[in-house]
This record gives sequence, structure tokens and C-alpha cells, in this order.
Amino acid sequence: MADAWFTTERGAAGLLVQAGGLWDIRHAAALDADLRLFAPQGAEPVRIDLAAVERMDTAGAWLAYRTAKILREQGHAVELVNAGPAQQSMLDSVAASDRPCEIEPRRINPFLWLLGHLGTGTLDVLEEARQQLGFLGLTLTTMARVARHPSRLRFTSLVFHMEKVGLDALPIVGLISLLIGVVLAYQGATQLQRFGAEIFVVDLISVSVLREIGILLTAIVIAGRSGSAFTAEIGSMIVNEEVDAMRSLGLDPMELLVLPRVLALMITLPMLGFFADLMGLTGGFLMSWMALDISPALFFDRLHSAIGAWTFWVGIIKAPFFAFLIALVGCLEGLRVSRSAESVGRQTTRSVVTAIFLVIIVDAMFSVFFATIGI
Amino acid sequence: MAKPDPIIRVQGLKTQFGAQVIHEDLDLDVERGEIMGIVGGSGTGKSVLLRTIIGLNRPRAGRIDVFGLNLEALDLGERRLAEQRWGVLFQDGALFSSLTVAQNIEVPLKEHLKIPQPLADEIAALKIAMVGLPPEAGAKFPSELSGGMRKRAGLARSLALDPELIFLDEPTAGLDPIGAAAFDQLIRQLQRTLGLTVFMVTHDLDSLHAICDRIAVLAEKRVMVVGTMQEMLKQSHPWIREYFHGPRARAAGLTES
Repeated sequence: MADAWFTTERGAAGLLVQAGGLWDIRHAAALDADLRLFAPQGAEPVRIDLAAVERMDTAGAWLAYRTAKILREQGHAVELVNAGPAQQSMLDSVAASDRPCEIEPRRINPFLWLLGHLGTGTLDVLEEARQQLGFLGLTLTTMARVARHPSRLRFTSLVFHMEKVGLDALPIVGLISLLIGVVLAYQGATQLQRFGAEIFVVDLISVSVLREIGILLTAIVIAGRSGSAFTAEIGSMIVNEEVDAMRSLGLDPMELLVLPRVLALMITLPMLGFFADLMGLTGGFLMSWMALDISPALFFDRLHSAIGAWTFWVGIIKAPFFAFLIALVGCLEGLRVSRSAESVGRQTTRSVVTAIFLVIIVDAMFSVFFATIGI
Repeated sequence: MAKPDPIIRVQGLKTQFGAQVIHEDLDLDVERGEIMGIVGGSGTGKSVLLRTIIGLNRPRAGRIDVFGLNLEALDLGERRLAEQRWGVLFQDGALFSSLTVAQNIEVPLKEHLKIPQPLADEIAALKIAMVGLPPEAGAKFPSELSGGMRKRAGLARSLALDPELIFLDEPTAGLDPIGAAAFDQLIRQLQRTLGLTVFMVTHDLDSLHAICDRIAVLAEKRVMVVGTMQEMLKQSHPWIREYFHGPRARAAGLTES
């Protein structure tokens, strides 16, 4: 018989339970259901005969042991008989290991949990803000020190990071800006058409791309692309103890890891922003020409009158600030990685979210500032 | 009396990563109920051999039979059934970090055998006690445990389905000598009470000496020698001599200095 079974028979000496078959983990679920329903009456003695059991593993032994234990607690005299030597040792080891344990951490009152969560969340944010401020100071002093001794600047590392965050980002930044130019032209034109003012779509494209969208979009793409890369690179170095090794060799991670990344991004983000401006305008120009019948001559004529020198500078001046923020957050979150692999993932996510959040905050501050001084 | 079929039989195994050949024409038999220790220098593919037997690497050539089944020839369902008959302890326990220790042990129970929750909880508690973890460890997450406790928890999970065979990858690496000795004894004791076969990759001469019935030495892309500790001590191959007669071997009390 290739199954697990047990039969009960009421005799003169009490209840005789015959167990047989494969008392193993595969048949445990079925046995468990039947054994839980097994309830002899009164306080008659129970004799469990294991003679016909062909195989018994710890799960089967546990079921036999548990049944006997529960019956004893109910006041029955229980005997487990005819267990083979291997089965007996299994039963013994199960009996020795009968210690219930908790499965999950205890749940606390959900209201208290919410309150605690809110509290720790707030403290976390404050702590992070404090660390960002401290890291800002540390970065600035490192910059000042390197400015006094320019030979300490890691030039190779700087150029390497400029290539990675700048040059390699050209295709994605260019494509996104081009498409946004196209979308702006199309969406703007359909609205302006209702007033017969289609020609002002040129103003719409040029002002919004140059002042805001070109650089903001670039910053957001770079926060996702390079800010996260900074965190992941520095974070995996922390996990590998490379940063500790650097410190123990008397090398400053700020100079070696942070400064080249910050400077590389501050140098390349304005260039990327300029490229994004060009591509955005190109997208708008192509769309105006092909779909809206605005001739190139008309487009450039309108463009000239729509934008002044400041329209461009108002946008591009923000780029180094955004770059500084993105690099700062990326490096700081990388250095905050604890020595586990999962914290690299957590900090990388955090780095991107924080960087984009800060970029938008600072962008809003710039808008207010430019509006106040009237450009 | 005819010898029973070995529980693991590897014949003519070849494994290769890119151009680098790890094993060539490797043969190995593991008998039922023994503790087999696998040793070898760094880069001789001890862990690769373990991973190949349990099916995480595909061999280039050769045949692997476990429980008398040719694993390559099995369809997916049969293979899943065969996999449920062995347990694996990875180096750092490889516990699922989002689950508590007890929930980790319940994963195979509920996933493969649809064991109802109350019984799964009881079996988890039983395994936790069997590997010598305190009851409060059940509700803890792997990140809250020490390295030794993580290994015990990993062992408990590998024993969840009451396997006939367990694979251990450097079970004592990273443990202090007291913890390592206790872990050796635990493996020995479980092997005896549960009638397990143990396939163990190790570097620890103390474990080899204390618990392994037989030792297989990997060198030159194949299994160079298989035998008991006593037989290893008599080998004349330079690497084996160096390994079993070196200063660390003397410290482990294998040979007289």
C-alpha cells in the first residue's frame, strides 16, 4: 500500500489504533487532517501500533508523537508500540525537539504602528537632511582644498566620468528632447489654432524649451541615469570594503570618488542642457514645418523676436546647480550604503527620488527668483 | 551481497565556462548514508561540481544520476520531484530576506506539498529546534541573525522536506572554531538520526577529520582520489601530501609533527 493510513478498533483493553503505510512529509497533509478529527471518547486507554508503518520521517514521527501527546493531555493512557529502531530514534528526536516557536514578529496595535512609523519616518527625513547639509559642507571644503592644490585633482578620473555621464548620455537626452519639442509643437498648435494664433507656437516652443523644459528634462534624465549610477558604484565599493581600504591607505574617498563625479557632472550637465535645447528646438521646428505649414524662414523670424539673450541663459544657468545636487545626493546615498547587498538597491532608489525632488524644488526657487528680478 | 546503487553517480562529467575547462572526464560515486567530503585547491571547481549535480550548471558532457535517475533525461515534473528529495545549504544560508526564519522553512512545505498552515508551523518549529536554534529565532528576519545562526536556519530549510540527501557548500566557512565544531556535530547527529546522505564541499580539515566517512580530492580537472582519511594520509601525490600533512593538518591532529 503506497499511502498512509490508520484504522481504529475498539477492543477490551481500550482503543487499538493501527498505523501503516508511508508516514512521511508527502502524506502528512492528508494524515494531519484525519488525525485532528480523531477523538476517542472518555478516558479509555489508547494503543498506537506502528508495526505496519513502512517509512517514517520526521513529519510522520511528529504526527504520531503529537497525536499521542494530545491524547495524553485529554487524560488517555497512550502507548506507542512496535516502532522499529529507526522509527524509535525518529520519535525520540522529534520528542526532544518539541518546542513551539513564533512564526512571525508579533503585530502591534495598528494605530501605534502608524504613529511609530510616522515618527521614525520624520526622524529619518530630518537625519537625512542633516547628513546632506554636512556632506554639502564636506564637499565644498574638499573643493576648496583641491582648488588650492590643483595637483590633487584626479584628472583621469574626471575625464572618465565626463565621458560616462556626458558623452554617453547624448543619445538619450537628444532623443527625449527632440520628442518633447515635437509634442509641444503639436499640443500647442492645436490649442492656439482655436484663436488663429498658430504662429505663436514658435514662441511657446522656444521659451518653454530654453527656459525650463530643456534643462529640467535633462536634469531628470541624468538623475535617473548618472545619479543612480554614482550611488550603485560607490555603494558596491562600500559592500566590498573598498572604501574602508582607501581610508586605511590614507586616501580620501571625497577626493577620489566624490569630487571627480561632482565636477564631471557640473561640467557636462550645462553642455547636455545646451544640446537638449538645440534638439528640443529642432523637434519643434520639424513639427511646425511639416505638420503646421510654418516655413523655415517664418519660424526663424519668429524665433528671433520671441527670445532674447536671457531666455537661453535663464535656462542654462541652472544646469551647474542641478548637476551639483544630483552628484551630491548620488554620492552621499552611495556612502550611506551599509554592508549588505540589498541596501545598495534601497539607497539607489532613494538617490533618484531625492535628486529629482531637490532638482524640482530648486527649479521652483529659480523661477521665483527670476520673476522677482524681472527676467 | 551486491553493493546497493550509489545515491549519486557522476560519470565522464565535463564542465566548461567559455574556453576554461573546469572538469574533464570526472567520475564520482557517493554511497547511500555516507558523509562525503569534497576537497581541492581554490579554483578546482568544488562548488561548480556541487552546482552541476543539483542542476544549476549544465554539464557539457557526461551523465549524472541521483537516486538512480538520470537528471538530464527527466521531464520538468519528474525533475521537480527529484529536487524535493534533496536539500541544499548554500554558503551563507541563502535565506529569503523578506521572510522570517520560520516562514523560510515553510516555503517548500507550502509550495510543493500544500501542507496546511498549522502543520507547517509545527514542522517549522520542529526543524528550528532540531538544528539547535532557540525558539525566538523563528520570528526573526535573516538580517537579525548571526552568521552561525543563519547557517543553522539555512540547514533547517534544507531539511524542511525531509530529504534523503543534503548538499552543503562550505558549511563551516566563516564560523569560529567552537561554532564550526558544534555545526560539525549537528551535521553528524542529524545524519545519524535522519539517515541522511551528505555531500559536503569543505576546506575545514577538522570537519573532514571529525565527520566525513570518505573524502574525494579534486585536482587536475577530475576526482584524483576517493577514500577515508586514513587512506588520504598515505597518498603520495604532492598536493594531497601537502594538504593532509601541512602545518594546519598537524594542528588539526591528523598527523604527528
